[in-house]
Amino acid sequence: MAGNGILVIGELAGGALATSTLEAIATARGLAASLPGEPVGVLLTGSGLADAAQTAIAHGADLVYTVDSPAFEDAPSDLLVAAAHATVAQAGPRSVIGTKTLVSRDVLPRLAFRLGTALAQDCTALAVDDQERLLATRPTYGGNAQATIACLGSPAVATVRAKTTDPLEPDAARTGQVIPVEVALDGVLKTRPIERVEQASEGLRLEDAKVIVSGGRGLGGPEPFKQLDVLATLLGGAVGASRAACDAGWVSSSYQVGLTGKTVTPDLYIAVGISGASQHMAGCSNAKTIVAINKDPGANIFKEARFGVTGDWEKVLPAFVEQLHELLD
Amino acid sequence: MPLHIVVLAKQVVDPETPLSAFQVDGRRVVVPSNMSPVVNGFDEQAVEAALRVKEQTADAHITILSLGTDFALDVVKKPLAMGADDLILLEDPMFENSIDPTVAVAALTAAIRKLGDVDLLLAGRQASDWDNAQVPLGIAETLGWPVATVAKKVEVNDAMLRAERVLPEGHEVVEANLPAVVSVSNELGTPRYPNMRGIMAARRVQPTIWTASDLGLDAALLAPAFELMELAKPQSNVETEMIVGEDDEDAGRKLALRLREARVL
Repeated sequence: MAGNGILVIGELAGGALATSTLEAIATARGLAASLPGEPVGVLLTGSGLADAAQTAIAHGADLVYTVDSPAFEDAPSDLLVAAAHATVAQAGPRSVIGTKTLVSRDVLPRLAFRLGTALAQDCTALAVDDQERLLATRPTYGGNAQATIACLGSPAVATVRAKTTDPLEPDAARTGQVIPVEVALDGVLKTRPIERVEQASEGLRLEDAKVIVSGGRGLGGPEPFKQLDVLATLLGGAVGASRAACDAGWVSSSYQVGLTGKTVTPDLYIAVGISGASQHMAGCSNAKTIVAINKDPGANIFKEARFGVTGDWEKVLPAFVEQLHELLD
Repeated sequence: MPLHIVVLAKQVVDPETPLSAFQVDGRRVVVPSNMSPVVNGFDEQAVEAALRVKEQTADAHITILSLGTDFALDVVKKPLAMGADDLILLEDPMFENSIDPTVAVAALTAAIRKLGDVDLLLAGRQASDWDNAQVPLGIAETLGWPVATVAKKVEVNDAMLRAERVLPEGHEVVEANLPAVVSVSNELGTPRYPNMRGIMAARRVQPTIWTASDLGLDAALLAPAFELMELAKPQSNVETEMIVGEDDEDAGRKLALRLREARVL
């Protein structure tokens, strides 16, 4: 296996480097520690990338590859795959890493297959083994099993689950090189974005919330979510939901926490009427403290929760909220 | 020419299998023999999407492609009972279910080429066993077809695909020329239940079976991307403290006090 380091497929959020990309750079630096002399590169696409490039370098990148074009504004994956493919050809990395975001969940699998390999998806740990192969650990079967795989392709391609590594402390004195990459983008776009409909999310984003109060099938309808909202407001947090509650139409899918919804990392996650299927736990198991209220003592959520109450949420929750009011006043 | 829709439907371990019944033996997942497999839930939604397109189209034909080994016929026939027209099983020891999507992509791509006239390929956004979410993208990449992922609505008008993709806060409408690939998400809505007529019709359908050699594939063409080193049940290290009260209200109050005491609040 040849060297040439690790390439991170970077993403911007609101013009700045996304936190997920900072996490991926930290993951790449960790791997590079086992690969002496090999660089950590980051690909950035978009326009006006100079500041983001410096941020990437301060957070651990040695090389920043830039594809400067306004065409990337809506992050069409056809263009991003072409940019990533051209950059891999130029940089020749041994491994390519992304985070499992909206964008890279499309781009990284396509890039992997275009490179003649497959993607180690949604990994919770990456390492380099004694043969210098990329070793990826990832939850499977909705979290019921955990697989460790060795990547045989060259380059190896992997995505990392959000929040598995903290970004490195920025060091403004770090230096690195910015390398523009030329990519032919004409005629590449085959799936054309026509319209983007933003659903104005009210208040705090789930991903940023320190406290989340989540409801599931056990709530029985949309009405009880108002009570969750009262509790969340009291604690300065946000309301989430299980897939069952979203599929039933009680709340919109933007509330969904889980494998196919949002990955959240609050300090406190209060699960009300949620059975705790592994599908759901995949989205919230990194919460510092999980509290569960459920009437089924055998519910899986009680295996993962730090504190639990077996009971009817309609009785437990109002008393809990009332007592909280007293404590917090 | 009818609009030819192919839907990928994978037979998987029932994701509702309780954790306690779920065992890992070496590098395989083993479930008790009395637990029947199911069609991957997102793939059922893809079948539903295909049926809705068919209802809006004068002339459409839906073929189900299922790749694997040890098929339970009554399980993999469910999409037929829902209203699909044909079932092709890609069955070969080489197609054993694997965390490595390379073989699935190669075999399914070869099957689509063999069919020749496919206009639209639908699949679930991911399968509930490995949660790879790669096969539809890998097929699109190999065939050079446009692809739209995580769709909650799929429409076809005049050889043009229009799909609504779910975003974290809202959705995006995309268009592409056919042939194209779409992966479908649960936001599409609940798949229809098979009715008695559908079940009877499905019983009469004899699935077509294609092996690796029928698809012109051999081991040399199916080089793996991964080596599975270990498969294990994760250990939970959380110690749960159950809060008990005289009644539910009391438990609720005690929970608040305990969380305060533990400095969680």
